[in-house]
Amino acid sequence: MDQSKIRNFCIVAHIDHGKSTLADRMIEKTGVLTSREMQNQVLDNMDIERERGITIKSQAVRMIYKAKDGEEYTFNMIDTPGHVDFGYEVSRSLAACDGAILVVDATQGVEAQTLANVYMALDHDLDVFPVINKIDLPSAQPQEVKDEIEDVIGIEAQDAPLISAKNGIGIEDVLEAVVHKIPAPVGDSLKPLTALIFDSIYDSYRGVIVFVRVKDGVIKKGMKVKFMATGAEADVVEVGYFGPGRFIASDELAAGDVGYFTASIKNIQDTRVGDTVTDSARPCDEALPGYKKVMPMVYCGLYPADSAHYSDLRDALEKLQLNDASLFYEPETSQALGFGFRAGFLGLLHLEVIQERLEREYDLNLVTTAPGVVYKVHRTDGTVFDLTNPTNLPDPSEIEYMEEPIVNGEIMVTTDYVGAIMQLCQERRGKYLSTDYIEQTRAILKYELPLNEIIYDFFDALKSRSRGYASFDYELKGYEKSELVKLDILINREEVDALSFIVHKDGAYERGRKMCEKLKDEIPRHLFEIPIQAAVGGKIIARETVKAYRKDVLAKCYGGDITRKKKLLEKQKEGKKKMRQIGNVEVPQAAFLSVLKLDSTD
Amino acid sequence: MNKTLKRLSLYIHIPFCVRKCLYCDFLSFNADNDLIDEYFKALGKEIVLNAGEYADYEVDSIFFGGGTPSFPDAKYICDTLSLIFESFHVSDKAEISLEVNPASAIFGKLNSYRRAGFNRISIGAQTLNDEELMKLGRVHNASMFYDTYENAKRAGFDNINIDLMSAIPGQSLESYLDTVKKVLSLRPEHISAYSLIVEEGTPFYDMELDVPSEDVDRKMYHETKSILAANGYHRYEISNYALSEDKECHHNKVYWTRGNYLGLGLGASSMVENVRWKNVSDIKKYIEIFAAKEDKDRNNVDKADVFVDNFKKYREDVEKLPIKSQMEEFMFLGLRLVRGVSLEEFKNNFSCDIHEVYAETIDKYKNMGLLKEYTIDGHTNLCLTDEGIDVSNTIMADFLFD
Repeated sequence: MDQSKIRNFCIVAHIDHGKSTLADRMIEKTGVLTSREMQNQVLDNMDIERERGITIKSQAVRMIYKAKDGEEYTFNMIDTPGHVDFGYEVSRSLAACDGAILVVDATQGVEAQTLANVYMALDHDLDVFPVINKIDLPSAQPQEVKDEIEDVIGIEAQDAPLISAKNGIGIEDVLEAVVHKIPAPVGDSLKPLTALIFDSIYDSYRGVIVFVRVKDGVIKKGMKVKFMATGAEADVVEVGYFGPGRFIASDELAAGDVGYFTASIKNIQDTRVGDTVTDSARPCDEALPGYKKVMPMVYCGLYPADSAHYSDLRDALEKLQLNDASLFYEPETSQALGFGFRAGFLGLLHLEVIQERLEREYDLNLVTTAPGVVYKVHRTDGTVFDLTNPTNLPDPSEIEYMEEPIVNGEIMVTTDYVGAIMQLCQERRGKYLSTDYIEQTRAILKYELPLNEIIYDFFDALKSRSRGYASFDYELKGYEKSELVKLDILINREEVDALSFIVHKDGAYERGRKMCEKLKDEIPRHLFEIPIQAAVGGKIIARETVKAYRKDVLAKCYGGDITRKKKLLEKQKEGKKKMRQIGNVEVPQAAFLSVLKLDSTD
Repeated sequence: MNKTLKRLSLYIHIPFCVRKCLYCDFLSFNADNDLIDEYFKALGKEIVLNAGEYADYEVDSIFFGGGTPSFPDAKYICDTLSLIFESFHVSDKAEISLEVNPASAIFGKLNSYRRAGFNRISIGAQTLNDEELMKLGRVHNASMFYDTYENAKRAGFDNINIDLMSAIPGQSLESYLDTVKKVLSLRPEHISAYSLIVEEGTPFYDMELDVPSEDVDRKMYHETKSILAANGYHRYEISNYALSEDKECHHNKVYWTRGNYLGLGLGASSMVENVRWKNVSDIKKYIEIFAAKEDKDRNNVDKADVFVDNFKKYREDVEKLPIKSQMEEFMFLGLRLVRGVSLEEFKNNFSCDIHEVYAETIDKYKNMGLLKEYTIDGHTNLCLTDEGIDVSNTIMADFLFD
């Protein structure tokens, strides 16, 4: 195919500014799908994504557009995940593009996240052009927004298409702008194959389906390809393009093309996002830049609520991992929760997404333990190991020192909330670096923050303290020495391993106190008094008590309607079944989750 | 008493009330005279149709409950009782009770009941504090209660129960105890003391209620027991007290000891020989079923067929209790009685030792001091301790099988 007729691009936008709707309209206008075929949002095809309004797995779609100049163009639109947890995946998706459409809401203007996304696109040398959406709303201020884009971002905006994605206004202009404002790819089909993996999914019939952007060379059926980072090799079975919602096989993908290939690959770990695919027979000199092996940042225990479902959970994790190379898990046991898994995630959202998918798609009832990060434990004997489960922390006498992961965090916030956010960062042991004012009302705060301070409820706290105006982005800086202790929770004097976690020594008391308070509310009253204690190194630092209940009696006569009385008792018994037995205390599953959210503003 | 006959109790449901109290979730409603008339006609037919089935049984107790049995004209109640006498073998010594509301039980009515054969009256006083009565949405006041009690005595009732309620919104411990003392001064033979339970589907459920705290509620319960004990009343069931053993309510004990009882009337529950069922609770349906019977009789359709037909139609949730359910019931019903359950009886009924089945649960609660075993006349019983009664639901639920 003539490279000059190809346009590879993505759409960047603040959440709710209409990215998915615009994508849908473009797909409609290019005539690949009829309106009737259109699902509400073609790109976001997972339930969870739709409900949360975010995109998790990147995907691509090819459109054929007959432009006003009479030529037929091939558009490859690559969707990008919208969350910092998937920052690396986003960067690889952007690397597969040559340009980006920036969608800005005509009523909201440029928002913090818009900036973060645009900067990321510009960092990848993409040509960005803006479109102003929702111009049909009475409160739309297209001219002001155009000026703002030029002022704040510094890109030309006066001729930005004015559209309403929802009502299909101005979509033609966007399509034309793609032709004229997004550069055509400039690869060389004669060079050795160099293709960037920006995503992959697992299909039970075809094995792994690898999503690639071909930079140079050609990939075709029958050729042997090599994955440069993992070293894996495979024979290409099929290549093709992305139709909306389906794959369209073709003979080859050449320089500039975006498409997929299959090669009977069984293990998705072999096809890592960011890796370079080349021709085994005629390899390229060097891999494309930017590849990173993605390591889990956050770990937690996943347990079936009913231990009988252990193997169901294992099967479900296995299936999820087929599609998600960044999901890690291994079996572990907990005294409190029985058999389960320690699972690693890119971040808290990733964790929540997996958890929800397990519950929703696999109908599993889960108990999740407090998420933690990976600590480096330096033993007195000079050895170092990575600690992913707090219960594995050795005796303090065997520990020389510990290190924890630190991130470089950037918080974009309106100036009204700078004070509140700085206080939050302070509370989270943040080290202040700088404040940059990007305009009069907006600032970027830079902090070094311990990762374990932001994985719990930092996003929630950020949102609540800035009324939703702050956005947060971070990347791992490295490990630093820190004074960490293991906080244990005792319920009725019995240590509950599933509730133990690592915390900075200065925050132990506060955290312990809050956990006890939370647990006190979550644990129902029993026939006896239940002390709930927090301890560090065997020393109790906080305590709450769940009082014994005094009354649980049906002092009412239902006459001869015994069935009704039995139903009441059965309901009571059923309620108990849903709880976890810890010693002789019944702990509801919600108790394990509630301790994850302990924002200090409460 | 004819020893060769099996024992049976009868419950008769009268679903009518002046109006529903705010906390009430029993099957009751107001109705016009026509509906009441039709209902008693249908009830009469149900009685006659069923009687044949129970030729081998002798009736030890009859209980007219509601609703408000004293709301409809006394003749309906008295005729119904006469019909029962004609249709069933009723023991001479049978306990025959009727629930009355202080607002509707005038002397003339009470006199008729006594004459018709009722020998026990249960008065729904609830409280003698007029403000509390108003909060409950009751239609009577304290002075009406005193009149009713006086009239019942005058009519010749010498076995009277008074229903009391604690944990009423706005009720203080003092005001509750005041009611208890006033009731005690009347020396009724029997007192039922319940605490208010706010049930879903009642107006109370959606209201913001100023109910006494759990601690106060428990104090009310414990004080009730000690004050009543000091005045010669013994507690024989979680909420029931009697002045002497022969004044304990036989009919209620049948429920807790799993005796046979046949419920007649709208929505009435039955258990006979380990089969439980419930009558339809839709009054239109109930009346229709028995009206249809009349039509078919006129057309000379074979009587037996019609009976079998209708028999199926108006009984719902028929369940032959498997052994496990019988065991569960034996435990959670028997434990309501202060004397508890007899280990010997368990063995006789189920051909196995109670400890083989329930060792874990029994030991657990015995160790916590909530259950105890005691021996009387060479027989061992298992019962709740006073502390156990407070939390009896938890314990009873543990006697259910998984």
